[in-house]
Amino acid sequence: MKTTTNTTELLQLKFGEDTFTKQDARDKVTTLWLPLVKLREVLAYLKHDIDQPYALLFDITAIDERTRKFSPDYPSKNFTLVYCLFSFEQNAFLRLKVALHGEFPTVPSITKLWANANWYEREVFDMFGIRFDGHPFLRRLLMPETWKGNPLRKEHPARATEMGPFRLFPEKEEIEQSNLQFNPEAWGMASQSEDSDFMFLNIGPQHPGTHGVLRIVLQLDGEDIVDAVPDIGFHHRGAEKMAERQSWHTYIPYTDRVDYLGGVNNNLAYLLAVEELAGIQIPERAQVIRVMMCELFRIASHLVWYGTFAQDVGQLSPVFYMFTDREKIFDIVEAVCGGRMHPNWFRIGGVAQDLPIGWDKLVKEFIDYFPKRLKEYDDMVMRNSIFKSRTIGIGIFTKEEAIEWGVTGAGLRACGMAWDFRKERPYSGYEKFNFDVPVAHNGDCYDRAKVRVEEMRQSLRIIEQCWKHMPAGDYKADHALTTPPVKKHTMKDIETLITHFLGVSWGPVIPAGEAMSCIEATKGANSYYAISDGNTSPYRVRLRTPSFAHMQMIPYISKGYTVADLLSILGAMDYVLADIDR
Amino acid sequence: MDDATISHLLITFGVLAGLLLVAPGLIWLERRLLALWQDRYGPNRAGPFGLLVVLADTLKLFFKEDWIPPFADKKVFVLAPAIVVITVLLSFVVIPFAPGIIVADMNIGLLFFLAMSSMGAYSIILGGWSSNNKYALLGSMRGAAQLISYEVFMGLSLMGVVLMTGSFSLIDIVEAQRYQWFIVPQFLGFVIFLIAGIAETHRLPFDIPEAESELIAGFHSEYSGMKFGLFFVGEYIGIMLISSMVTVLFLGGWYGPSFLPPLAWFIIKMFGFIFFFILLRASLPRPRYDQLMEFGWKILLPLSLLNLVVTGGIILWMNTH
Repeated sequence: MKTTTNTTELLQLKFGEDTFTKQDARDKVTTLWLPLVKLREVLAYLKHDIDQPYALLFDITAIDERTRKFSPDYPSKNFTLVYCLFSFEQNAFLRLKVALHGEFPTVPSITKLWANANWYEREVFDMFGIRFDGHPFLRRLLMPETWKGNPLRKEHPARATEMGPFRLFPEKEEIEQSNLQFNPEAWGMASQSEDSDFMFLNIGPQHPGTHGVLRIVLQLDGEDIVDAVPDIGFHHRGAEKMAERQSWHTYIPYTDRVDYLGGVNNNLAYLLAVEELAGIQIPERAQVIRVMMCELFRIASHLVWYGTFAQDVGQLSPVFYMFTDREKIFDIVEAVCGGRMHPNWFRIGGVAQDLPIGWDKLVKEFIDYFPKRLKEYDDMVMRNSIFKSRTIGIGIFTKEEAIEWGVTGAGLRACGMAWDFRKERPYSGYEKFNFDVPVAHNGDCYDRAKVRVEEMRQSLRIIEQCWKHMPAGDYKADHALTTPPVKKHTMKDIETLITHFLGVSWGPVIPAGEAMSCIEATKGANSYYAISDGNTSPYRVRLRTPSFAHMQMIPYISKGYTVADLLSILGAMDYVLADIDR
Repeated sequence: MDDATISHLLITFGVLAGLLLVAPGLIWLERRLLALWQDRYGPNRAGPFGLLVVLADTLKLFFKEDWIPPFADKKVFVLAPAIVVITVLLSFVVIPFAPGIIVADMNIGLLFFLAMSSMGAYSIILGGWSSNNKYALLGSMRGAAQLISYEVFMGLSLMGVVLMTGSFSLIDIVEAQRYQWFIVPQFLGFVIFLIAGIAETHRLPFDIPEAESELIAGFHSEYSGMKFGLFFVGEYIGIMLISSMVTVLFLGGWYGPSFLPPLAWFIIKMFGFIFFFILLRASLPRPRYDQLMEFGWKILLPLSLLNLVVTGGIILWMNTH
């Protein structure tokens, strides 16, 4: 914690003591309020001029404060803009908050400072109607261009029944469709160069190579990509808005569906934030169970990526073998959780149930079975010369570029940066496990693949340690705010019964405050920023997902390659659309 | 009609019927084999071993709406799928299946085959062009470049065989292999022809004109119903054609131990290569378009020229000594 205080002191020294107001956040992340006019200056200073800079713009989001139950000294009444930075040198987050006034405030854009601020600012504009001065292309990102209102503002309806039935008249359909027509001029793109006309090609939203409803408009010179414009939002379901009308407990299943390949990893990211707010200590057994399930899902997710990546470069068979193996993982998941892809199995304070009798046998079988298969896949895919020629030297980015664009996970590790949140900022007891962080150095598609393949081996190591050393004890914390609530004494005294009844029907009341979690999810850093105003449902939940940041980089890394290479790049990126659009 | 005419007609229609029956059967064969190699079942419900899936597929294609996109060039759009079927079927005219079983023994048989397979390229180019669809256009551009390039090495790789036989007639070529199959002296030619043959049929790993994960369905993106079916049948007959050609040119055609009739030997060899084609599809990824071109012009072309020069040199030397 010493270094983080240093940052505050540094800032106060540079910009004056009364520029900043410190806020105590539950998660112990340094949180500073600063006036809007100083914002750009401070951010530039933090990025460029301090010894251990905050190089990574982790997230930008906003909070609509207008219906919040305030503590009297809370500095913001209308909107709060939150910048979340991360410093690899300090291994610390920094949260900067700016209070905004007025109905539709305007703030200066920081796209010149960080390339990846672009989409984050567009998202805030889309969701809150906050304008960014100097943004190169400020328009809606997730919602359709024709959408009325800004969904994350509190006055915007949260459920379909508040909006009246949806009807798609032919005229409306026409308007919507013409809105999707790509207009190169609007993006500042030329239709022709000196010696050739460009072709604009829609990859998606329905396309076998995009793994979901993603649209990328390519500006092509022959088959060479001049520029690309990803169009996202087709998979947007308002996961953040939903949180605001779910109870803390009933929001858990929604998290499953964000990175739908990552299963319980999503539960964990959300619950870590909630448990931080509630101040719940998780029993050791529950922690180890959680880790084991997370790692099983990491392997399952990587297997899907592995198979589909091979298929993207034209290899038909691996995906079948890998889905067969994934099925074996799902057998375990099913035995433990009952569910498969969406297990919805972690609870506030632990997990839903204890492990079933015989789980160890299932897990052991998988531990014995899987390494042989991985070896076979190495021969089949990773050592295949055509596969290599399609992926080596394709989609290269450096460590600096990766950080500039907010790349985390295997993408970052493939350019030589051994950064894994499980290692560097351990959560849920990861510090007790032995595993390596695989690294590669070229930063191309092949290296990203290499890192992920090795990660599966490391995950298996962790699972083996869980299997060997599963501690005895409770699978859920003995705490009043856990869900479902503790029932032990309900039949003995009326007060406990009442509390239990309220806890079941309304859900737990999480104490006011804010906390952020950050886990190494299957695709990179996944973070939930939960804000409670002391109610049965969150006041605001912010999801920072890895795929969003990665997808934003597509135009930058695909320029100059061919259409076929784009598929290698997309395949190596390992995204799911729900993780981008939320 | 005399007997000769009748038997000739029988052979002609027999070959035609055989091809048109076997081609859809190959769809079943391919799906079953792929399933076998990919640890899954494949079609196994309709009829014994799922054989009737062929019938179901054909019926489905026949009864699908015959749809032509409004933006397509109608006449060319209809013509394109017919070309591929006609050219591959015509190529079979010169294939000797067994002694006496050949539709027409031309003294330029080999050249006729090369001509017909070049014509096949029109089908891809016209199909993609008339579809008026960007994916189809990209696919047909790739297809045109690929087919025309690989045509060159295909022709050159065969010249060794022609030099050794001294004839373009396929029957002569088979008969020249009575004692030794050309795969031995012409191994390089065999490999190059096989690669070029796969490229000609644009099958994985050389399915670049279609490239599902990139171009959706490439040149035939806009096709459906029986017109799509014709591309499909054309592709499978193409596989049979290349397999037959390999058999004829390098594996001694109908020659084999006498406990089986010559025709059986021919079919066994041909199916061996069909299996190989399907195995390739099950195992290899797809190179990039420019990598394929580079491979062709920088490796296959010099090699096939080398093969030609060395073969010619040895023959000259043997003739003068």
